[in-house]
Amino acid sequence: MSAADWRKAMNSGATSQAWPRALRARPSALTPRQDADGAGVPAGLSGIARVVRPIDVVVVAALVVYPWLVSPFFTFQIGAQSLALGLVALSLTFLAGYGGMVSLAQMTVAGIAGYAVAIVGASGTPQVSLGWPWWLAVLLALPIAVLAATVIGWLSVRTEGIYTIMITLAIGVAFYYLVLQNYAVFNGFQGFQRVLAPTLFGLFWGDAVPFYYLALFWALAGYAAVTWTVRTPFGIALQGIRDNPRRMAALGFHVTAHRVAAYALAGVLAGVGGVLMVWYNGLISPGSVGTGALINVLIVSVLGGLRHPVGAFVGAVAFVLLQNFAIDLFDRERFNLVIGTVFLLVVLFSPDGLLGWWSRLRRAAWRAASARGAGADHDAIGTSTRPRAPHSPTGG
Amino acid sequence: VVAALVVVFSAWAIATNAKLFFTTALNGLTLGALYFLVASGFTLVFGLMRNVNLAHGSLYLLGGYLGFEVGDRTGSWLLALAAGFLAVALVGLVLQTAVFRFMQGQDLRQTLVTIALSIMLADVMLWQWGGQIYQFDPPRAIFGGTPLPLVDRYPTYRLVVLGVAAGLGVLLWAFLNRTRVGMMIRAGVDDRAMLAAAGVNVHFVFAVTFAIGAGLAGLGGVVGGTALSIAPGEDTRYLLASLMVVIVGGMGSVLGAGLGAALIGLAEQFGLAYAPTYGIVFMFVILVLVLAFRPHGLLGRQA
Repeated sequence: MSAADWRKAMNSGATSQAWPRALRARPSALTPRQDADGAGVPAGLSGIARVVRPIDVVVVAALVVYPWLVSPFFTFQIGAQSLALGLVALSLTFLAGYGGMVSLAQMTVAGIAGYAVAIVGASGTPQVSLGWPWWLAVLLALPIAVLAATVIGWLSVRTEGIYTIMITLAIGVAFYYLVLQNYAVFNGFQGFQRVLAPTLFGLFWGDAVPFYYLALFWALAGYAAVTWTVRTPFGIALQGIRDNPRRMAALGFHVTAHRVAAYALAGVLAGVGGVLMVWYNGLISPGSVGTGALINVLIVSVLGGLRHPVGAFVGAVAFVLLQNFAIDLFDRERFNLVIGTVFLLVVLFSPDGLLGWWSRLRRAAWRAASARGAGADHDAIGTSTRPRAPHSPTGG
Repeated sequence: VVAALVVVFSAWAIATNAKLFFTTALNGLTLGALYFLVASGFTLVFGLMRNVNLAHGSLYLLGGYLGFEVGDRTGSWLLALAAGFLAVALVGLVLQTAVFRFMQGQDLRQTLVTIALSIMLADVMLWQWGGQIYQFDPPRAIFGGTPLPLVDRYPTYRLVVLGVAAGLGVLLWAFLNRTRVGMMIRAGVDDRAMLAAAGVNVHFVFAVTFAIGAGLAGLGGVVGGTALSIAPGEDTRYLLASLMVVIVGGMGSVLGAGLGAALIGLAEQFGLAYAPTYGIVFMFVILVLVLAFRPHGLLGRQA
């Protein structure tokens, strides 16, 4: 065994110190379900009741009444866009936060779903689009997106850490150039215009309020799916793999299969987000899957914080607000400079994103409260079920 | 199987249109030479510091613009070349000493920072130089065409690029294998901690490596701006090329970068000539094949 191998072994031993602690913390996340099973009660309802906290109900209620309180602009441009973008970012948060795999190709998966909807369904370019009914287009688009995500996952999980970022970025940019240069299938530079949301039950779902609720429904579904998945044995195994793939492999877990499955699941989220985004924009073009768009998803996720699924939506709201109101503060042309600076500041000073600031604030508040005699063990609260920030193995 | 397919395709292509085939091959090789100039810096930085510098494409573009300014003022192409290298090397030095030194070993953070920097740099460059396309004029001596067998005439400049890339490859190899600093860099690639323990100022070695890697991107900017052009968006193109080259060739290997660059350049040009609009698919197929059989690249070592 060479010196480098020894060092690696030592290093992985050192990094895995946190792992047993993480697993020890998991049972607390599992107890509600186990209790429910033990009592012979169907796990479903009482499990949900224990998982859903009052704050969740308040937030959901606020999100439901939101369109009645604000102008259509805020409902559609800010609200619905944040939800759709957040859903794509959620797929990255899931992969990165719980799987330790930072994929830059999530927007590509979303774009593949969007392109599939535009190509199979109706668009302003009937020469290319097949014009099939919207439900068939969506039903086809999602499996295509999941398949693409699985292939991307299978390719990138062969390598680790930093290589994943590079390979997914290369795949994403390659797809961008493909759709840019190809006119036969992807209609090249122009892409597809007039890709509209369907009209169903006498309601045009592209209108501000219906679309907001559509996006809200899927965002909540995606959020619930992620929070549920990470508590399943699969999700816990995934987190174990994130923390120490070698040990999990030694325990008999199929590391590659878990990772690819995580990509596939993230592909579902990104695919739904992609369909929503193409309906939101009403068009899809190479710009929708360009490097800027790929990186925006990463910015959204990191801005919000990778520690918790809600970070994706927090980041999306911050990003969309910045995008819409940076014009008032700066030149519209310089938006990228603004977002780049904000991103740099967040990365440099708050690795956990806006959620990190929030929890730091809360911790400060707790400390102030406990100093006054509340005396609560604040560290144990709220952190037990949170994933750790992804650490990409340094590889040597 | 792949080799057989390539041979069959080549035989068919030579039989039908020999000139097109050889011109395309030369185009591919010269493009690969340009990619090598850019990607060698990328792979050098990665090999030593495990730092994926996603701002590498932006450094390429910055070198191109700065070189253009200098070339425009002085009228000397060689000065432009030197300026592109030195100015961007300086930027790299500042980046390493001011930013990356403080996040050694934090891959994800470094990556995010370089992404943020590339966004900002791209925007600042768009601000400063606008959306126009700039092009250099190479010196008269290497302007025009050279008669060659099989392809009639071929732009001299592109051949010079090929020569420069080959020369630079040899120089880089000699630098890494024959000089003291090169020895330190190689030692750092193998075992950073041990190098530091041996009394070498690792920060100095890192700074030098980063400066050279960035400078190579700047140099590539001037060379590429002369062969093709510089415009907003080129940064992404060369970042993609660099990524592809080092993934295919293997990280941290200069020879691998050369091999990968030649493959990618050839794939792009043959795709362009024989299957337009699907050219990128060829690159993708190469990427998939390499990853499927050699996940660490053709000449890469297990990290």
